[in-house]
Amino acid sequence: MSLLELTGVTAGYGHFTALWDVGLRVERGEAVAVVGPNGAGKTTLLRVISGVLPVRAGTLTFDGAALAGRPAHEVVAHGVAHVPEGRRLFPTLTVADNLKMGAYLGRARKHYAETLARVYALFPVLAERRTQRAGSLSGGEQQMLAIGRALMSRPRLILLDEPSMGLAPVMVLRLFDLIRRVREEGYTILVVEQNVRQVLKLVDRAYLLEVGRIKMEGRAAELNDQDFVRKAYVGL
Amino acid sequence: MIDPIFLAEAAVNGILLGGVLALLALGLNLIFGVIDIVWIAYVDLVMLCMYLVYFLVQVYGWPVWAGGLAAVALGAALGIAVHLLIISPILGSAPINQLLATGGLLFFLQSFATFLWTTDHRSVRLSLPSYDLGGIFLPLTRVIPFAISILALVALYLFLTRTFVGTAIRAVSQDREAMGLMGANPHRIYLVTSAVGGLMAGLAGALLIFLYSVHPFFGGQLGPLTFMICVLGGLGNMVGAFVASFIMSEIISIAGVLWSTEMGYVIAFVVFIVMIFVRPGGILARRG
Amino acid sequence: MRRALVPVLAALLALAPLVPMAGMKQYVLHVMIQILIWSFIGGAWSLMGRFGLVSLGHGAFLGLGAYATVLLWNFWAWSPWLGGAVAVVLTAILAAVVAYPCSRFQVVGHYFGLVTLAVGEVIRLLIIAERDWTGGSLGVSLKPVGSDSLWALQFADKRVFYYGALALWLAGLWVWHRVDRSMARSAMEAIGEDETAAASVGIHVTRFKIAITVLSAALTAVGGVAYAQYIAYVNPDTLAGIGVSLRIVFAVVLGGMYSLLGPAVGAALTIALSEWLRIAFGLKLIGMAETIYGFLLVVFIIFLPAGIVGSAGGLLRGGPRYGPPHPPELVAPRRSRGAPR
Repeated sequence: MSLLELTGVTAGYGHFTALWDVGLRVERGEAVAVVGPNGAGKTTLLRVISGVLPVRAGTLTFDGAALAGRPAHEVVAHGVAHVPEGRRLFPTLTVADNLKMGAYLGRARKHYAETLARVYALFPVLAERRTQRAGSLSGGEQQMLAIGRALMSRPRLILLDEPSMGLAPVMVLRLFDLIRRVREEGYTILVVEQNVRQVLKLVDRAYLLEVGRIKMEGRAAELNDQDFVRKAYVGL
Repeated sequence: MIDPIFLAEAAVNGILLGGVLALLALGLNLIFGVIDIVWIAYVDLVMLCMYLVYFLVQVYGWPVWAGGLAAVALGAALGIAVHLLIISPILGSAPINQLLATGGLLFFLQSFATFLWTTDHRSVRLSLPSYDLGGIFLPLTRVIPFAISILALVALYLFLTRTFVGTAIRAVSQDREAMGLMGANPHRIYLVTSAVGGLMAGLAGALLIFLYSVHPFFGGQLGPLTFMICVLGGLGNMVGAFVASFIMSEIISIAGVLWSTEMGYVIAFVVFIVMIFVRPGGILARRG
Repeated sequence: MRRALVPVLAALLALAPLVPMAGMKQYVLHVMIQILIWSFIGGAWSLMGRFGLVSLGHGAFLGLGAYATVLLWNFWAWSPWLGGAVAVVLTAILAAVVAYPCSRFQVVGHYFGLVTLAVGEVIRLLIIAERDWTGGSLGVSLKPVGSDSLWALQFADKRVFYYGALALWLAGLWVWHRVDRSMARSAMEAIGEDETAAASVGIHVTRFKIAITVLSAALTAVGGVAYAQYIAYVNPDTLAGIGVSLRIVFAVVLGGMYSLLGPAVGAALTIALSEWLRIAFGLKLIGMAETIYGFLLVVFIIFLPAGIVGSAGGLLRGGPRYGPPHPPELVAPRRSRGAPR
């Protein structure tokens, strides 16, 4: 049984449908990417999974539990952590406070100290800047904090929404290195990305999402060719 | 020409008053910052708590501290009740409807108070000594509420910065959706926030009854002023509200001594209007 | 069918005073005059409200209009026609003075509501503060001229006031209709949706906002004049301040903010309700009537968010027509969600 499975998911905003009949799966321990041009619905997809946006049709199961239509805080309680587009940190709260909020859940609070130590070990920069306001961090540090905050909830699946957005190319490489290390710690990852080349080096499989539909799927090694990359940026 | 001693006294009184106003402003601001709804009827809740203290202390002879605690408890209870009965059902409504819901509550509370207790002014008589500080008259009935307000504000600060729930409240006011992604049930946080906001209203009531007499339309006196303080400080900005409380209370106090009480309010409000144009986001508006 | 509705209504209302009412006529006319005047005032408010400029301080314009006329008459025997003109000018100036910075500095939503509330309270407090010539909280009565006079706008016969109020209301409907049909309406809706976008297509945002505010304020002032002349007594709490401002907003929203007859429906309902409660309770249980009124207002707002006309129209269309929630501005235009960014 897959850790995460979507079948026939349709969702949208008001009169506008953003996702049509989307199906995908993520196995335990895998890293999967969803790529596609702007406006394809990648962010919408993650918001549907994490419960921020309701599903109009289709099923969404996480570890066997049906999660479609559950509110966000319940989805998180099941073990899905969403690192949103643009980070969505709490700007005037300190790094430490942001991380603390990540551990809001009861079961996460119990192991708060231990998890915090792990996060600081993964991201030493955060430990250094723990009393600094989140809003004053650099782009790369903010992304690290956002990921660290998600880790604080002791999730089983991490959703990453465009982590490389707004980062300098050097930072992007470092970021993907870090995500690789998170992955090595055993977390299952679903990442939505514009930077197709880099993300394909990181993941096992990838889906191509275009105008709300899954157009292609395959193993990362197979997809890492010119054709796929072009399609991912420009569209079929 | 006015004796400078009177001006100095007015300035001091302004500070003393500012402390209690800050309680009101911060309570209202807390709720707005988190839930994004202005409780138009907030000061009417204060009015109810003032009546409670009046009846317990003046009529039934309870000790002052007990009456005060009862008012605080009532405030918290009212906060929760208002949230559950009125705010919760309209969380998704258009903002104008949300405003009218609390506006309707204002009418309801003011009329109900009239029905229950008539429009007579009630006050609690406390004979406390006054101190003379270099010619300035410092009545303990003003100093003690100020001191208690400051203590309460410090407690609030600690609550918001040191406790889990308090930090969560601050987080929600910055980004509600992101907090949802942390696994926080926003409704529970709203409830806690409403209870804390109501608690502050209750405490403010317990202090105000020793400074003013209460009547059903008391909310009409301090209500608009409280809203203005909140906006002046920047809606949702706690530090701003704190500062703005003292600015407004000073203006009212000093202008009140130079002209009349009403003119004091008029000038304060005009200053408010002008300040909003100069700094639309509030005097301590955060950039970005 | 809708086009005929207003003329038919107008005709029926015009005939109303001719209907025999078994001695109740004076009272009925009294209530209807108030309904007509408050409908007119509500309509004036809705010119701003429907475009997202939610003012909580229209009591300022009402009070200014009423007091200017009464005081100019009482002290200097200025005819209320003249006094009313002065009142309208003063109110227009006040509105422009408040609207210009609000528009220029993008004071919208909650901030705009609270700024207007402050303005309303300033006027109310000024009236009370200057009690020497305004009578303060006790209010002031219009000096009677002794006989029916068009010049002094005082009449013994309620029917004259009735037809005057009816004419006023119809005039207000005409203004609403003209604004609705004009370029200004589209411009204001665009501004309500997205100010920056509107500005970028050349809509002069500031000019429109100020214009609609001044128009709304001026009409409200006229309503205040009408009210003062009819009741012949003014009081800062009934004509200025947050209380009356909220009541105006309530009536319009309950009736339906986006429709021509919405304000009238709302005014009719709230006034009728208020009167009925007053009679039912009489002098017993003072305050209970208002308590129930407030309670019902809250209940209505919770359960009929689109107002009565909005909900009724919605039922015919299959579901009330109010858009999804939109924090944090105090804006309630009909929005259709576009594609996500």
